[in-house]
Amino acid sequence: MNAEIAAFLGACLPEVVVGAGICVVLLAGLSGRHGRGLAYLLTLATLAASAWVVGASQPEAVVSMPGGSFVQDPLSRFLKLFVLALMAAIFVYARAYLRERRLETPEFYVLGLFALLGIFVMVSSMSFLTMYLGLEILALALYAMVALERGSAPGAEAAMKYFVLGAISSGCILYGISILYGVTGSVLFSGVAAAIEPAAVGQVAVLVGLAFVLVGIAFEFGAVPFHMWLPDVYHGAPTCVSLLVSTVPKVAAFALAFRILVDALGPVQADWQLLLTVFAVLSLVVGNLVAIVQTNIKRMLAYSTIAHVAFILLGFLAGEGGLPSALYYTVIYALMAAAAFGIVILVGGSGEADQIADFRGLNRRAPWFALMMLIVMISMVGVPPFAGFYAKWWVLWALVDAGQTWLAVVAVIFSVIGAFYYLRIVWLMYFDEGLNLPPVSAALDLRVVLSANSLLLLGLGLFPAGLLELCARALG
Amino acid sequence: MIALPILGGILVLLGDRASGKGGGSLQRWVGLLASVATFVASIPLWTRFDRTTAAMQFVERHAWIPMFKVEYFLGVDGFSMPLILLTTFLTPLVLIASWDSIKLRQGQYFATFLFLEGLMIGVFAALDALLFYVFWEAMLIPMFVIIGVWGGARRVYATVKFFLYTFLGSVLMLVAVIYLYSRAGSYSILDFHALPLSITEQVWIFLAFLVAFAVKVPMWPVHTWLPDAHVEAPAGGSVILAAILLKMGGYGLLRFSLPVVPDASALLAPMVIALSLIAIVYIGLVAMVQKDMKKLIAYSSVAHMGFVTLGIFIAWTIFGRTGDTPGIAMGITGGMVQMISHGFVSGALFFCMGVLYDRLHTREIAAYGGVVNTMPHFAAFMVLFAMANVGLPGTSGFVGEFLVILASLQANFWYSVLAATALITSAGYTLWMIKRVIFGAVANEGVAGMPDLNGREFLVLGAIAAGVLLLGLWPAPLVEVLSASVDNLTTQIMQSKL
Repeated sequence: MNAEIAAFLGACLPEVVVGAGICVVLLAGLSGRHGRGLAYLLTLATLAASAWVVGASQPEAVVSMPGGSFVQDPLSRFLKLFVLALMAAIFVYARAYLRERRLETPEFYVLGLFALLGIFVMVSSMSFLTMYLGLEILALALYAMVALERGSAPGAEAAMKYFVLGAISSGCILYGISILYGVTGSVLFSGVAAAIEPAAVGQVAVLVGLAFVLVGIAFEFGAVPFHMWLPDVYHGAPTCVSLLVSTVPKVAAFALAFRILVDALGPVQADWQLLLTVFAVLSLVVGNLVAIVQTNIKRMLAYSTIAHVAFILLGFLAGEGGLPSALYYTVIYALMAAAAFGIVILVGGSGEADQIADFRGLNRRAPWFALMMLIVMISMVGVPPFAGFYAKWWVLWALVDAGQTWLAVVAVIFSVIGAFYYLRIVWLMYFDEGLNLPPVSAALDLRVVLSANSLLLLGLGLFPAGLLELCARALG
Repeated sequence: MIALPILGGILVLLGDRASGKGGGSLQRWVGLLASVATFVASIPLWTRFDRTTAAMQFVERHAWIPMFKVEYFLGVDGFSMPLILLTTFLTPLVLIASWDSIKLRQGQYFATFLFLEGLMIGVFAALDALLFYVFWEAMLIPMFVIIGVWGGARRVYATVKFFLYTFLGSVLMLVAVIYLYSRAGSYSILDFHALPLSITEQVWIFLAFLVAFAVKVPMWPVHTWLPDAHVEAPAGGSVILAAILLKMGGYGLLRFSLPVVPDASALLAPMVIALSLIAIVYIGLVAMVQKDMKKLIAYSSVAHMGFVTLGIFIAWTIFGRTGDTPGIAMGITGGMVQMISHGFVSGALFFCMGVLYDRLHTREIAAYGGVVNTMPHFAAFMVLFAMANVGLPGTSGFVGEFLVILASLQANFWYSVLAATALITSAGYTLWMIKRVIFGAVANEGVAGMPDLNGREFLVLGAIAAGVLLLGLWPAPLVEVLSASVDNLTTQIMQSKL
């Protein structure tokens, strides 16, 4: 019995820590006047404790829960550590935003930790049901957070849209899972893979199941044609929630796609690659072209997300060699998106800076953060020496190596088109004299974390070797 | 050497923050000091350069991304060394020339130029294709900012056009480089040189490289960004753009296209020759009708760069007709000399434009006239550079054009006839502009009130004038530096890789 408990805890200690943290933060939030500050500090402490637990485990070991549906492996450890670090930054940004608007409530931190828990479960799951469980924990927390600002009509609209569409996509995934279970008799990824190999390859029922699961995956990423929710949610949600929605769930979506497509449905790779090719090319086209005409920076970043997601999908469909590149792209994308939204929060101050025109003449109001925004935007374009370049380069290499040079050419041509709307931000900041607004001011912690986040993109661009290797090693 | 200007740039930028409003003279001195120090550091490249070998010299090699065998791999040969010196020579002059004429955010201006200088040296020195690409692309950012922040009225249009044009060209090159890596298993350019490739592969790679380099050169019909960028850029930006950035296209052709895909180059050489001749003849005529001085010089740059691509690509016609390798070497040497010379001459002419613009704040030819009466020293320099632009013997412009025309005579009589018309048209537009701007009676009050060169401007123009004359009267040292690399390239391109 003790051995079983030990094995259980060995596999899910980080999740237990986060769960305990949620309870503590919830209670702390009730403690009157200091509740908010306490909740914030305890949230950060939970992140630190969880990071310590993940970091202390054997880096190369694979610890599986009895039954095999939950696992600690190098990939899940890498993703968890990354998400923890990112979450810490997000909470710092979000707190500055919420305090300026008197929106700060302990519930925000609780919901944020729930989202984190969902992501943890997703990245560690080895069966369809655990994956679905994690997905729902994450999704429910996000729906509630989008509606955080109770009086805001756009917020309510966004939450409603997100919820309805999210529910449909969950339904699709669940339906796909049930079909796959019906065909293979297993919900474990390894069991499904074993059962459909090789006899059932091409069998219609497997393909139908695959199609439904893929819909869910594409929805999570926000790939075209399942992208409709993304601009509305980014636009309607409070900026700090847009920030959250645009970053960590994409990491979870990577885990979702990787575990399901590669671990479970690897044998029907040719079929899902075909569909992903369609999604990726459509996302490149729609994301880059529609972003050009946006006037709201949150919507613009939403379409830019769609364009970045296309690259992640391209990494997936480039075969074995492309998977680490997709992981690397996801990580870099999350860093860039966090920094971009962080700057939107910073420039907004106590108002909103969600119009692109609000960035006019930023170089005069805040030269340092104009430079940071320049780094983030140029990195999103994919120009060296910033990290975004290496992410694109690795994906392109994987495509060329897999003999899909034409896709690489399509991808680079659309990234040139995409360069336009990122450059527009740069030219508004630097070339326009802009409005006579006072200099931007912000709390010290926000400024420090934001600078570190942006400079990290430069650092990873000058010395890219380390993270590239970490990504390759996380996938074995 | 790359680090030196970049560190200087960071220092200037930090100074900018410290001094608050930006523009302390300390920052300018630090910036100038950094660029002069870079020039001094680059002199040994010339004095200690081994002229007898085509192998890479002053090699610096460290692992950078071991997983993909990407290295921090630098080195120079006869092609890159003169271009690096050109860069380090011109950058301090640009900074000196901008000393007073830039009023807005001087610290940022100096820092941006220093960043740009470091990246440009990196492009010429990189021997790892990915490193080359990193420098090549990163360079776009400071140039984008220079045109956009300190440019003229339509600067945003010009700089975005510049960025998107060059970016489109270079991303296709990136795909080609990645393809070469997946075949060669390393990013070393020297390994690419030795890689056998089928003709289909070669043609695609050639086209991808050609797009990248043709935009930079720029060749007709992808030259349209250049007049816009030149007109809107501040004087210093125009100088760097004309004198150095354009050379990267020619350099790229010599470093990548010819040795990596010689068979495709041979196959498609007629196309490139045709484009070059169109540039020389047609753009020459376009230059004739310009009303704006900067636009005129910009079009004349396109026409002159046509000589560079012509000189490089007639190699195959010569080989096909006569099998004569000295003729090929002559064409390539001519192209290289033309690049260096054009770097001096066009740079100098843009400096002159800057001098005029500082005084009267217009670039319209019609607004000037009789400048010689009020600014005799300036007029002397301007006429000298105009003569060099025309290709008068004794100036640097003559040497390159003469070699290319001589080589094209061996290739095809009509090529040389068409190329030679450029001498006439360039004489036409350049001298006509000189006549209207410099000579004649004083046109208006504005011109009458223009002071002659100050010491700072005299120093800049004098230094370049010395270079132009030196190269024109005694080009032997440069040719000597080039010769081993040219011979090596000639043997490389004559060997089929099929």
